[in-house]
Amino acid sequence: MATVKTRNQIRFILNGEDVQLSDVAPAETLLDYLRLSRSLRGTKEGCAEGDCGACTVLVGRLAGGKLVYESVNACIRFVGSLDGCHVVTIEHLAGGGDKLHPVQQAMVDFHGSQCGFCTPGFVMSLYGLWMVSPEPSDAAIEKALQGNLCRCTGYEAIMRAARAISDYGKVAKDPLLAERKAITARLEALRDGTRVEVGEGRDRFVIPADVDDLAAVLEAEPTATVVAGSTDVGLWVTKHMRDIAPAVFIANIDGLHSLSEDKGVISIGAGVTYTEAFETLSKRIPALGPLIDRIGGEQVRNMGTIGGNVANGSPIGDTPPPLIALGATLTLRKGKARRAIPLQDFFVAYGKQDRAPGEFVEAVHVPVPAKGDHFAVYKVTKRRDEDITAALGAFWLQLAKDGTVADVRIAYGGMAATPKRASAVEKALLGQPWSEATVEAAMARYAEDFTPLTDMRATAEYRALVAKNLLLRFYMETTGTKAPLTVSRYEAA
Amino acid sequence: MTQHQPNLTAAKITGGVHTEQRHDSAHKHVSGDAVYIDDMPEPAGTLHIGLGLSNVTHGTLKSVDLTAVRAAPGVVDVLTHADVPGENDVSPSGMHDDPVFAEGKVQFHGQPIFAVVAKTREQARRAARLAKIEYEELPAIISIWDLDPEKDKQVTSPLTLNRGDAAAAIAAAPRKVKARMKLGGQDHFYLEGQVSLAVPGEDDEVVVYCSTQGPSETQHLVSHVLGVPSHAVTVEVRRMGGGFGGKETQANQCAAIAAIAAKKHKRAVKVRLDRDEDMTATGKRHDFAIDYEVGFDDEGRILGVDFMFALNAGFSADLSGPVGDRALFHCDNAYFYPNVHAKSAPLYTNTVSNTAFRGFGGPQGMVGAERVIEEVAFAVGKDPLEIRKLNFYDAMGTPGERNLTPYHQKVEDNIIHRIVAELEESSSYQRRRREIAAFNNNSRFVKRGLALTPVKFGISFTKTESNQAGALVHVYADGSVHMNHGGTEMGQGLHLKVAQVVAEEFQIDLDRVKITATTTAKVPNTAPTAASSGADLNGMAAQNAARQIRKRLTDFAAEKYQVPADQIVFLPNRVRVGNQEISFNDLVKQAYLNRIQLSAAGHYKTPKIHWDRSKGRGHAFYYYAYGAACSEVSVDTLTGEYVIERADILHDTGRSLNRAIDIGQVEGGFVQGTGWLTTEELWWDGKGRLRTHAPSTYKIPLASDRPKIFNVALTDWSEAYEPTVHRSKAVGEPPLPLGISVLQALSDAVASVADHKISPRLDAPATPERVLMAIERLRAEAAQVK
Repeated sequence: MATVKTRNQIRFILNGEDVQLSDVAPAETLLDYLRLSRSLRGTKEGCAEGDCGACTVLVGRLAGGKLVYESVNACIRFVGSLDGCHVVTIEHLAGGGDKLHPVQQAMVDFHGSQCGFCTPGFVMSLYGLWMVSPEPSDAAIEKALQGNLCRCTGYEAIMRAARAISDYGKVAKDPLLAERKAITARLEALRDGTRVEVGEGRDRFVIPADVDDLAAVLEAEPTATVVAGSTDVGLWVTKHMRDIAPAVFIANIDGLHSLSEDKGVISIGAGVTYTEAFETLSKRIPALGPLIDRIGGEQVRNMGTIGGNVANGSPIGDTPPPLIALGATLTLRKGKARRAIPLQDFFVAYGKQDRAPGEFVEAVHVPVPAKGDHFAVYKVTKRRDEDITAALGAFWLQLAKDGTVADVRIAYGGMAATPKRASAVEKALLGQPWSEATVEAAMARYAEDFTPLTDMRATAEYRALVAKNLLLRFYMETTGTKAPLTVSRYEAA
Repeated sequence: MTQHQPNLTAAKITGGVHTEQRHDSAHKHVSGDAVYIDDMPEPAGTLHIGLGLSNVTHGTLKSVDLTAVRAAPGVVDVLTHADVPGENDVSPSGMHDDPVFAEGKVQFHGQPIFAVVAKTREQARRAARLAKIEYEELPAIISIWDLDPEKDKQVTSPLTLNRGDAAAAIAAAPRKVKARMKLGGQDHFYLEGQVSLAVPGEDDEVVVYCSTQGPSETQHLVSHVLGVPSHAVTVEVRRMGGGFGGKETQANQCAAIAAIAAKKHKRAVKVRLDRDEDMTATGKRHDFAIDYEVGFDDEGRILGVDFMFALNAGFSADLSGPVGDRALFHCDNAYFYPNVHAKSAPLYTNTVSNTAFRGFGGPQGMVGAERVIEEVAFAVGKDPLEIRKLNFYDAMGTPGERNLTPYHQKVEDNIIHRIVAELEESSSYQRRRREIAAFNNNSRFVKRGLALTPVKFGISFTKTESNQAGALVHVYADGSVHMNHGGTEMGQGLHLKVAQVVAEEFQIDLDRVKITATTTAKVPNTAPTAASSGADLNGMAAQNAARQIRKRLTDFAAEKYQVPADQIVFLPNRVRVGNQEISFNDLVKQAYLNRIQLSAAGHYKTPKIHWDRSKGRGHAFYYYAYGAACSEVSVDTLTGEYVIERADILHDTGRSLNRAIDIGQVEGGFVQGTGWLTTEELWWDGKGRLRTHAPSTYKIPLASDRPKIFNVALTDWSEAYEPTVHRSKAVGEPPLPLGISVLQALSDAVASVADHKISPRLDAPATPERVLMAIERLRAEAAQVK
C-alpha cells in the first residue's frame, strides 16, 4: 500500500520521558526492555506468563480521545505494541524525594509486604484501581488483585492497606491525574495516523494505520502473526521461544475498538478488550459479567480481547461457548472482502479454524437474549479466579407458552477438541416439558456428545459428571428458586 | 552528614522488643528500591546461564551432542559434569547422590544435564534447546502410591518411633479403624525464583550472591564443587523474594553452576531460572501416603495407633530423611497416644528430589493425626472436636500422666486446652454447629462444613549441630550500630526482630541499628534459616554480642567515673552513671578514645535438647508453639466448588517480639497451608512429566481465596516456658498447619450428604474434583446401606 505513510520508529512516553525506538525486535517484551535496557528494576519477573502480576505496570492510552490507565503484565506485553502509550512503572510513583505515594504508604503502614518481591506489582494494581475507584469495595479490590500472587501475606494485610489508601491522599492530587491534560496532549501529538514498520525483512513488526491498512498488510503478508492483547502470543515467546515475526500489532487500532448494538445484536470489534466490553455485556447480558470477571486477572482483561479469544480457537477459551449458545456470528475479512459465519462453524477441529490465509476476525456479533429467554454460563475451575477452565457450560433456552422447550442451545468448553454444542442433549430437551424429569433424561445423553480428556485440570470422569450437573443447576436457576444453587464469595446484592 | 539527635528524655526507646514495627524494608518493597539478586547491577561482561534439562524421566545418556548448542549465537561455553573441578555433587546430606549435572544417567524429567554460558540469558535459553541427546529409557517410578514402604527402595534410612505396645493395644481395643490417606505435595512458589550471581576473585576466590536460606551450606557446597577450601568462597544474601524452605538446599545447584562458570571464564556469571525450570527442576514439599490403624474405646479415647508415613523423596536423599522424621514427630499433633508405633519410609522415585517446605514434614504428620481423630469421631458418632479434646495431652501444670510423646519427650508447656476453649467461645463454634446442621437440612445443593483443629509444633532442629547461631555487632564511634547475624531475610521480618533485640540491649532507638546483608565472611558456620528458628537462635546470638559490648561499656564507665558497675544503667539513648546521665553516643565516643573494643562476635546454642535417632528417644524440641483454627466452608455438591466462609485463629507466639510481624506470619501461614490442602495440585502425566509447572496450571491462593471473614488473634497471655529470646516463640512454620481446619471443614461438609454416618476420607489436595468425587462416593455408599 504505497499510499500509506509509514514511520520506522515507535514513540511512547516512559514515566516522564519521551522515548523513540527504531531498534526493537518484534518479540521484545516490555519487562526485558525496562529491566535490561533501562535498568528500571523495580518491576519484577515472577512467571513470564501473565499470571503472577510481579511485572505489573500501568499503560495509559487514548480510548476514544480519553486517557485511561490500565494495569498490564509487562512480561507478555511487547514493546512494539506501546506506540502512542504512556508507560508508568513503580519508579514513577513516589515522584522523587522521600515521600511515598498514598498507595505505597498504606502498604507500609498496614504491613502489606513481607518478602517484597510481589509488592511493586500489587502497588501498581492497587494504584490503577484507586485512580478510578478511590473508595473500592472488597469485591472490587479482590477483582483488581486477581492477577497478583502473593505467597507471604495471605493477602489480609494488603486488603487492609487497599481499603485505607484514600486516608493517605486524595485522588485529585495524584500526579498522574493532575498531569492528565498534558499527557493527553503529548499522546495526541504521537498519533500521526501512519503505519509503523520497524525492522527489516521477516524480522519486523507492523502497526497498521487503521483497519483497512490491517487488511492490506495481512493480505500482503498472510503468515504474519496478528497480535492483539498478547495474552496468548506473549507466551509463545516467553515460554515456547517461538518466532512471531513478522508481527502485526493491532491493539491500538481505533477502528477495532468499536462496540455497538443494533436491533438487539451487539457488535464487538476484534480489538475490544474484556475490560472495555464488560460494562455493555454485563448490562445487556447479565450472565456474562461474572464470567468475564473470572477470565485471567485484571491485567489480562485489560489487554486480552474477545476477538483474540475467538480467533485463536482454543478449546478452553471462555467466551466461545457462551457466544455460540447465544447464536453469535463472526465477520471475517480478507482484503476488502468480508464474510459472515456462525461462530460455531468457525471451530473446525483442534487447532484449525475456518480462516483463510490473510483473513482476520474483524468483529463478533452477539444477539442479546430476548425477554423471557433464559441464558446462563458456568465456569468450573480448580481455583475460583484467574484459572483456566476445566469445564464450562453455556445454556440458552426458549420456552413455549405450554412450558415445553421451544429452542435450546448448549455449548461447552473443555469437553472436546473445540468449543462444542451438546447436540444430543439439546435434542433430548427440545419439545419436552421443561421439568426436572426431562433434565434428568437429558443428562444421560451427555456421553453421546462428549468424550472429555484427563489432564492437569481435571479427569475425564469429573468433566463428564460436572458437565451434566451444570444442566441441572441451569434448570434449577430457571425455576426461580431462592435456595442457593452454588457457592459464592460475593452475595447477590 | 546529618547529625543524629537522639531523644535523651524518652521513657522508652522506639523500636524495642514487644513493639509493633513495620518491616525494615517495607518502604523499599513498595517503591521497587529493595534489591534482589537479579536487580543488582551486573559487573561488565557478565555472562548468563541457560540450563539443558532431561526430556525423559529415567534413562541412561547414550549420547549428548552439543555441537549445535555451542554454535548458537552468543554462546561462550557449554558446561557438563566434565567441567566440575571438584566433586559433581551438591547433596546436602553427604549422600553424594545429587549431581550438579547428570552423569551417565538421568533420574527425573527436568534434571539438569548441561549449562549454556552465553552473553545474554535469552541466547543461553535458546541455545539450550538445540542439544541432541539420545537416551536409553528405563522403567520409571512416578508415584509412591503403589510402592511397598517396607520393601521398595528408600533413599535414606527410615525412622521408627515406638512407645508402649501399639499392636497389642489396637488388637485389644473395643473398636478399630484401618485405612490409608493420600496427601499431595506443594510447590514453594516463592515469587523470586532461584537465582545466583557469581563474581570471581583472585586465586581460588569467588563471591556468590545467592538467594539462599543457608549461606553457610551454599558456601560449603560451592567449595566442594570447586574443590577449594571454604575460605575461598563467600556467599552473601541481603534478602530473598520468598523462601519457605525452597531455598534451604535448592539454591545450591544454581550457586554451584554460577561459580563453576565464573571461575572457568573469569567473568561474573548469573543463573536465574525461568519459572517453569524452577518448578520442574527444583524440589517441593513431599507428598505422602499415610497408612494408619487406630484402636479406641466407645467414648472415642485412643488406645493405640500404628502409622506408616511413606514419603516421596524423589531421586535423591536431600532432606527427605529428616522430613520423614519430623512427620513422625508430629503424628501426635496435640494428642496423647497411650501406645504408638510409627514408621517413615523415604521412598525413591523418578521425580525431582523433594525438600524442605515450611513445616518440614510436620504438617503432613499432623494431617495424619487429624485424619485419625476424624475416623474415631465418625466411628463413635461424635463431633470431631469432642474427640480432639478427649485425647489432648494433659495441660501444663496439671499432674496428669498423659504427657509423653511418641519420642519419649515430656510435654511440659501444653496450653492447647486454653487456646481451644477460648477459640471455641470466640468463634461461636457450638452455635454455628447447630446453625450449619439446620442450613444443611434445608439446602439441597449447597452444604456447609465446620471444623476446629489444634496445632502443637515442636521447635528445634533435630540435627543438633544446627541449633547454634552467630552474630557480629559493631558499635561505631558515633554510636551507630552495625548488626549482622547468620540468619537470612526472606520476608519474615527476621532482621527487624533481631535489630529490635539489639536496640533493646543497648537501649537505643531502632533506627540506630543498621541491618546488613547476611554473609559467610562476617558470621561463619551458620545453620540455614529454617525450622522456624531464625529469631530464636540469631536473636540470642545478637543479644550475646550486644551484651559483650555493653559489658565493656559498663566496665569502662565504672572505671572512668569511679562508680560501681551496678550503678550504671542503660536508659533510652543514654546511660546513667551514678548521678549523671550521658548520651549513649557520648559514652561510645569516650570508650573509643580510650581504646575499648566496640565490636563483638556473639554465639548461642540451644540448651536442653538431645536426640538419639537410633533409639527414637530424646528431648527433641526445646519447646512447642501452639495454635488453633476454626474454619467454615460452603460446598457446591453439583461441582465440588467451595468457598471458605470464615476462619478464626488463635495462635501462640509467646511474648511476641513484634505482633505486627507475627500476625502477618499467622495469616500468611494459614493461607499457604490452606492452598496446600485445597487447590495446589502437582500433577505428573503418565510419562513422569510435571504438567503443573507455572501459575497458569499450579494454583496458589489468591486474595479472593482467603476466608471471607478472617479473624486472627495472638494469645496475649502466653509466654515461652523456656528462657527464649524475651520469652517469645517461633512463628515461621507453626501457623501453616492451621490450614488443616479447612480440609476438615470440607470433609465435614462432604459428610453431611450421608448424614455424618460415613467417614469421607477426603484426600488432599481437596480440589473441587476430589470434593465432588468424595460426595459421589458417600452418596453411593449411603444408598447401598439403605
